[in-house]
Amino acid sequence: MSDVIRRDPHAEWIARNRLHPLHASLQSQQASWSGPTGVVRKNPHAVGFIGPNGIRRIDRSGAEQGGNVRRMSTAQVQLPLHQVPAPAFYVAVVPDMVGGRLSAHDRDLFGLARQLVGTQGAVLAVVFGEHKETAFDTAGVDRLLRLEGHEYLGYAPEQRVQALHALDSQLGPRHWLFPDSRDGGAELGRRLAARLGERPATRVWQVKDGLCTGRAGAGYQDLNQALPRLILAAAECAEPVSETRHEALPLSLERPVVRTLPRIEDGGAVAVDPAAIPMAEAEFIVSGGNGVKDWGLFHQAAVALGATEGASRVAVDDGFMTRDRQVGASGTWVTARVYVAIGISGAIQHLQGIGACDKVVAVNMDPTCDMIKRADLSIIGDSTAVLQALIEAIAKRRNGAERNAA
Amino acid sequence: MKSKIVTLVSVGAHPASGRARRAEHDARAVELGLRLAGQALEVLHVGDPAEPALRDYLGMGLAHLDVLEQPAGGDALPGLIEYLRDAGAQMVLAGSRAETGEGSGMLPYLLAERLGWPVVVGLAEIERIDNGIAQVLQALPRGQRRRLNVRLPLIATVDAAAPKARQSAYGPAQRGELLAHEVEIVADELLSAAQLQPARPRPKRLKVIKAKSGADRMKAATAKASVGGGKVLKGVSAEEGAEAILKLLIEEGVVR
Repeated sequence: MSDVIRRDPHAEWIARNRLHPLHASLQSQQASWSGPTGVVRKNPHAVGFIGPNGIRRIDRSGAEQGGNVRRMSTAQVQLPLHQVPAPAFYVAVVPDMVGGRLSAHDRDLFGLARQLVGTQGAVLAVVFGEHKETAFDTAGVDRLLRLEGHEYLGYAPEQRVQALHALDSQLGPRHWLFPDSRDGGAELGRRLAARLGERPATRVWQVKDGLCTGRAGAGYQDLNQALPRLILAAAECAEPVSETRHEALPLSLERPVVRTLPRIEDGGAVAVDPAAIPMAEAEFIVSGGNGVKDWGLFHQAAVALGATEGASRVAVDDGFMTRDRQVGASGTWVTARVYVAIGISGAIQHLQGIGACDKVVAVNMDPTCDMIKRADLSIIGDSTAVLQALIEAIAKRRNGAERNAA
Repeated sequence: MKSKIVTLVSVGAHPASGRARRAEHDARAVELGLRLAGQALEVLHVGDPAEPALRDYLGMGLAHLDVLEQPAGGDALPGLIEYLRDAGAQMVLAGSRAETGEGSGMLPYLLAERLGWPVVVGLAEIERIDNGIAQVLQALPRGQRRRLNVRLPLIATVDAAAPKARQSAYGPAQRGELLAHEVEIVADELLSAAQLQPARPRPKRLKVIKAKSGADRMKAATAKASVGGGKVLKGVSAEEGAEAILKLLIEEGVVR
């Protein structure tokens, strides 16, 4: 870097313009702050600014606007840490952890749990098996109980209820919170309620002043009741935690959980015809657009991957796919967990349609297109070659698995 | 051995008019039972035997329907437990939740807990039953299915993934018999403490911008959706690209 000080008039203009989105990042370093004991600390190096001739200038009139500060990327804001050293009580939350991560529904539930604990209690998250979540602290978890072991793998509701029952007798949480969702929370919560012999509040969407409101019957009535110990809450029951950080300290059960003899044996997932799954609820979609040249290969790849097929508007207009396969504003709004966009540059209408998708993979020739900006993994290259390689890679993997099994 | 199958039904409410009708999920449970057991299927209701909506179930081809007589606001559970224990049923099918009243969906779980039976949630299909073990398909979200082997006797709940219920025919509905049985009446204490009221529309979640300064608010209003730090593979061969995609798909568990 050269020693010549260069003025950046644009940056100076941004630094003066308080309404500019980058204004905050151009402000000079903090010059004084209040220390832990209340004494005002000063950083003499941060006072003033470097003038155009390279000499530090201190403007004591208070009108200083930063001047020639190098543009920094916005600093990561460290949220204040909320600590509960000795919890007076616990509120236990059993998140769904769809795909090993906290869902939006789970986060809402932690928000509700924070309402219920106040400052004395602690929010306890109970997670079964492996997980991929890294943000338990910002989700609002004070204590994290991980129950691992092969007995919890797969579909083992009876063993899980056994563990929750053991936890209930050891810690006696003030409340149990479950997501009332089809991903397992509704079932587990009801099983635990039946085991404990307590009446839960179901489909709760509001908790206020010790009262809770939940949908009843077919959803045309509300049931108002005093807040029970077991709560099965609907999505958006509370705002998720956003302003604090929490410890998420590991916790373990005092006594190991007794193993139950399973009466329900998990026979594993059954292959479902991906084309028969409605696109709006398909979990895995491979979508093709203008960049797909060989549609036969595209269909072959979708079959090999076991994915539901989708298409962009262009592909549908050109007659390569049927209208009911169109993803986007005028087609279907998909909720897939994994969305692979092949040769789709990402018109805003298409990006709206995939707004709810978790992981997006893009294959495209143009490295500047909007789909690449949205995608978690992008391959810049020709779609035909990538599809061909993908089919081969899958075949190789399948063959390898068969050989290992044999 | 032909195993005895009992389906529990309730009175539903039409989504538009609110008029009493057969409950959607319960009708699917009856359909599943009819496919399995045919005329041997036993259908059971707890409530008022004079309820005309019960005839909608009879119209699906049932000769009779047993009703454990109970006034409105009673607890259906104690009578049912006693009845099912004596009936020697091998499989009990029920809808996932009632369309009227509390509709908490707890009844199958409570029955299973008291009777000591396993409960299967979201039954889609019964593949076969042999040696006291039922091999069933369970419906999962996103159109997926899971195979389960469950020991009989069992309780299964049925939701929208089960086969669609057949139409109800008027003639059989009028000819069928509603057989009333006397049971002990237990009041449900819930409604003494809680109130049912017409559903309030849920408040829409607002996008709250927690900005301290004007600049932050301006940024929140004008900034494009976050440009996530996605991985971009440029100048790699097609094979390397395909490997990277496959690795992500396997990590996410969508390719097995």
